[in-house]
Amino acid sequence: MTGASPNLVASVSRRHPEVDTPSSPVVHFDTGAPLHLACQQDLAPFSIAYETYGELNAAKSNAILICHALTADQYVASRHPITGKPGWWDNMVGPGKPIDTNRFFVICSNVVGGCMGSTGPASIDPKTGAPYGLTFPVITVGDMVEAQARLIDYLGIDQLFAVIGGSMGGMQVLEWASRYKDRVFAAVPIATAAWHSSQNIAFHEVGRQAVMADPEWSGGNYYAAGTVPKNGLAVARMAAHITYLSEEALHRKFGRNLQDRSSLSFSFNAEFQVESYLRHQGSTFVDRFDANSYLYITRALDYFDMRESAGGVLANAFRGTKTRFCVVSFTSDWLYPTRESREIVQALNAVAANVSFVDIESDKGHDAFLLEEPTFFATVRGFLNAAAMKRGLGSPEARK
Amino acid sequence: MNAPDIGKIAGQPRAPRVDHLLIAEMVEAGSRVLDVGCGDGELLQLLSERKGVDGRGVELQREKVNACVARGLSVIQGDADRDLDNYPDQAFDYAILSLTIQATRQPKTVLENLLRIGRRAIVSFPNFGHWQVRTKLLFSGRMPINDNLPDEWYLTPNAHLCTIRDFADLCELVHADVEQAVAFNAYGARLPIKWSLSMQNMFGEKAVFLLRGPKRPAAGR
Repeated sequence: MTGASPNLVASVSRRHPEVDTPSSPVVHFDTGAPLHLACQQDLAPFSIAYETYGELNAAKSNAILICHALTADQYVASRHPITGKPGWWDNMVGPGKPIDTNRFFVICSNVVGGCMGSTGPASIDPKTGAPYGLTFPVITVGDMVEAQARLIDYLGIDQLFAVIGGSMGGMQVLEWASRYKDRVFAAVPIATAAWHSSQNIAFHEVGRQAVMADPEWSGGNYYAAGTVPKNGLAVARMAAHITYLSEEALHRKFGRNLQDRSSLSFSFNAEFQVESYLRHQGSTFVDRFDANSYLYITRALDYFDMRESAGGVLANAFRGTKTRFCVVSFTSDWLYPTRESREIVQALNAVAANVSFVDIESDKGHDAFLLEEPTFFATVRGFLNAAAMKRGLGSPEARK
Repeated sequence: MNAPDIGKIAGQPRAPRVDHLLIAEMVEAGSRVLDVGCGDGELLQLLSERKGVDGRGVELQREKVNACVARGLSVIQGDADRDLDNYPDQAFDYAILSLTIQATRQPKTVLENLLRIGRRAIVSFPNFGHWQVRTKLLFSGRMPINDNLPDEWYLTPNAHLCTIRDFADLCELVHADVEQAVAFNAYGARLPIKWSLSMQNMFGEKAVFLLRGPKRPAAGR
């Protein structure tokens, strides 16, 4: 790779073995049990890779499904097999944590379309023996949920005690609550929205165009070409990463500080710390994420509009619900701002649902849901404890 | 972690307020209750413990909402003026507005909403017609400050203070039936129910009204 643009990413492994043989458990659904997709195609066979934590009780009533965000995966509270980093929600999920694995059986699966062991564009199409690439069908958030439902069936669980997720995970939570009203006792959609805004579609389009503009993307068939559109994907990640933070958080963290120098060098090197930080975010991302998965999953988010699917009235999506909801937003989240959570709450109120809504004061932007925010943690813990009492799972003290 | 703080915000066990106890008497066991302006959730907790109600709350202040949810109450961060429109008709057996109506921007609209959302509405408010308020105004010429009206005029969230008479007029205006009206004196004792409205208005420091909304044709909201 040459030319005027700086080479952001040095080298990257080809298709990662985690795509075909994940480190986590994986369940295969064969051709006789296809996944019916929103685009009217069937996906078969397909695999769903998942992790579990804690133990399922005899009544199978203590299961919590955690739905991950755009670029996360099933490793919610265990070491990531590629990066070696702790689970992406390690501070929230674990023994004694707000989502307490001493009490609850926690399940987290890689979404369909992903690249960590669930079937996605990097997976081998059995019909051709080559990776799907762009022949993979366009999937939706609803499809992700249908695939998860198959996993939950496979695990023999009728009703989930809770479905919890932030960002895209929150959209899956809403879909779960809408599609499977009897299978979701409690739902916690966090930092999310019932429909993807024009601004968010716009940011995603920038990211996709960055990937597609990289010659190494090779029309989506880079697997065969033996290349990786690493620069394009890194730029996509850099642009997206800005939307996960806030102006205030960026300023606090970096200001106009220079990186490894005391004065401006009048060049286009990463002179500012914030540049260096973003380049790092971009380059580490390409090591663990498939570029086509990024295209497919961002597309799924763009298509997400529960209001539209509910005939223009969001409340219709939740009519008849008995689920207990806890909607959470963060004051500085401009990707999924508080008003979009409030819209969900208003729809739930319109059907007299049991809903709590907490707007957490934070200057950390959208990413706040992944960070140590004590009031947020206390909210999740308190809500789950109360729901567990209602579900007959006892109090945390009684359990220990 | 910060669990003790949450506990503090949420309020340690203490004697329930007299107006809360009265509301608990008014509410039927096992009913569905919406508490608008639920504060730290004290009343919801009381109603849930003593009457086994299915309770929900709305509260404006973020910290109070957080504390309520952290203690397991179903409460949303919201505003009586803005967030009641979405609730369907008769969604609750009781819609309660406890010492909050005077702080709303549109008390009449809020009251109408309460009467629409709840089969019954319970409204409590500080009585600006209390004799001490009147004498304070008469003799000092300044806005009264007392336990019920603790803030300086320039700091108070109260925007629409009223007297018991004023509130009774509003009830008439919105065609609400007053099923019960109880006033408390400064010591928290109930004033005799037989007293006239003027006497209640003179000696009641707070009042609690149990209301039923006007019979309406199945309204298309």
